[in-house]
Amino acid sequence: MAVVRSPKDFVAGLMFIVVGIAAIVIASNYTLGTAARMGPGYFPRILGILMITLGAILALRSFKLKGEPLPGWRWKPVLVVLGSVVIFGAIVNWAGLVLSTVLLIVMSSAASHEFRPKEAVISGILLAILAVGVFVIGLKLQIGIWPGGH
Amino acid sequence: MDLLNHLALGFSVALAGVNLLYAFIGVVLGTLIGVLPGIGPVATIAMLLPTTYALQPVSALIMLAGIYYGAQYGGSTTAILINMPGESSSVVTCLDGHKLALKGQAGAALTIAALGSFFAGTVATILVASVAIPLSELALKFGPAEYFSLMVLGLIGAVVLAHGSLLKAIAMIILGLLLGIVGTDVNSGVPRFAFGIPELTDGIGVVTVAMGLFGFAEIIGNLEVTQAREMVSAKIKGFWLTKEQFRKAWPAVLRGTGLGSILGVLPGGGAMLSSFASYTLEKKIAKDPSEFGNGAIQGVAGPESANNAGAQTSFIPLLTLGIPENAVMALMVGAMTIHNIQPGPQVMTSNPSLFWGLIASMWVGNLMLVVLNLPLIGMWIKLLQVPYRMLYPAILLFCSIGVYSINNTNMDIYLTVLFGLIGVVFVKLECEPAPLLLGFVLGPMMEENLRRALLLSRGDPFVFFTRPLSLAMLVMAALLVLVIVLPNVRRTRQEAFQEEA
Repeated sequence: MAVVRSPKDFVAGLMFIVVGIAAIVIASNYTLGTAARMGPGYFPRILGILMITLGAILALRSFKLKGEPLPGWRWKPVLVVLGSVVIFGAIVNWAGLVLSTVLLIVMSSAASHEFRPKEAVISGILLAILAVGVFVIGLKLQIGIWPGGH
Repeated sequence: MDLLNHLALGFSVALAGVNLLYAFIGVVLGTLIGVLPGIGPVATIAMLLPTTYALQPVSALIMLAGIYYGAQYGGSTTAILINMPGESSSVVTCLDGHKLALKGQAGAALTIAALGSFFAGTVATILVASVAIPLSELALKFGPAEYFSLMVLGLIGAVVLAHGSLLKAIAMIILGLLLGIVGTDVNSGVPRFAFGIPELTDGIGVVTVAMGLFGFAEIIGNLEVTQAREMVSAKIKGFWLTKEQFRKAWPAVLRGTGLGSILGVLPGGGAMLSSFASYTLEKKIAKDPSEFGNGAIQGVAGPESANNAGAQTSFIPLLTLGIPENAVMALMVGAMTIHNIQPGPQVMTSNPSLFWGLIASMWVGNLMLVVLNLPLIGMWIKLLQVPYRMLYPAILLFCSIGVYSINNTNMDIYLTVLFGLIGVVFVKLECEPAPLLLGFVLGPMMEENLRRALLLSRGDPFVFFTRPLSLAMLVMAALLVLVIVLPNVRRTRQEAFQEEA
């Protein structure tokens, strides 16, 4: 039985194949045109084919070439860091810059194994003041400071 | 005498009060992030790009350029003093720079790094200015077929010189090209890959992609490593070199400058490649190679000059041909597009004050760095003591506000998060994100030139092979791939990057 000897290459190859197929499927809704008069679907299809080809070579080669195993995931930093940014994005419009900044700083700080809650709150408050000073007062960005857009 | 006239125009722009201020802000910020490990120039420029929207285009570019070469200066400080590369281009500076510091010669190492960088910066500025006109004139003769082939060569060159799997890197370029398609097709008005999301019909912003793939993914990567950082800092006694050190250092500075200037122009080149190549060269030609790794002054002088020269000459393809050759330059394309400047050979004639102002500002910025840096070293060391657990939430905040402020839409923040997640996956699969960013920026240009070339040739694909310049570039691209694929060369390529491990 064939054994995948380079899991990183194998997974990367599969990823490229999936993206390539998706690109071709979606682009099939766009006019293809001819080489002389390319429609919006022409270039994406070329790229899709190239993507699938490269992905396939990569995946097939992983049966022959030896490579490192897939590294493990530490989900906490990924979820906490990205999650806190999503929440910032969701609330900044109505909660204003100050509250959303403090929340972002405190939440994202928790991703570190050296998390110190008190320090994070203080740093959040200081950064909120800095952010309002630099972005709202200095650069005049259209972001509300307090809830309700004031 | 044309060159002098142009430089005079450039200096009149660069020395104008506002631009002087932005050059200053740029180099100080650049040094700051150069000093701080764990945040690179790509992420920083992506983070600060939105804040430059309100500026004049020339001020914005001057500031962003300052960040890039400022970071090369700053990276050496951290490398020498605490044996940690502040920037990937100063990895090799750790090897000998920190050994010198342990011997109590930190000052000498810092001085030669600064002076070498300044010398390299001066030479590189003159080089950029003198090749700009002939290269732009050449580029103006290019038709769409030549442009398309040039982009193929640029993209292939960029991945051949980078490290890692060639196959994966090419696949990442294609992925980038696909992402570049997202948005409304200029020719037909059809929104492509927009998934019915109105924000996507305008395309994805380069800041969004860069910030996610580089900024967010870097932060998450740093957090996954749990061990505490080691801080071995050394005292600085004096800033002077001994006669013996000076005698050894200045030829290394010359060689580093030359090597860096050449490698900087090549696709995929820039600061990092230059410093590695210079270190290898110095070690090879040294009378006593055993000195290296034990505090050889050439091991600091060469790479530090090379990375600064490389950082600056990497602007040449961007300014003259409109082709970015590394991730930082891809962001500069983004910055120019935001200010409605189409990068390419026409910038020099249509916007001479911007073009020559930017070039002159590089020398001004380098002068500021050498004057500022040595006296301010105490301050940079203080900054190094801010723990990462307090630093990264602040970086996240500035990224989030920056990305939000581009279009005042939350969608951009969510997209950046998505690219952050993709970036983490890429790290796990050892897929370098830099080629993707290059493909992303070049995607629309490439499609447009492909369309035009084939329209002119009535659909005949041989147009790329019958036009001599286009053929020459495609042959060069093919040769580059062959050279890498040949096993013999592959082995030496691995050796060349061994220093990094």
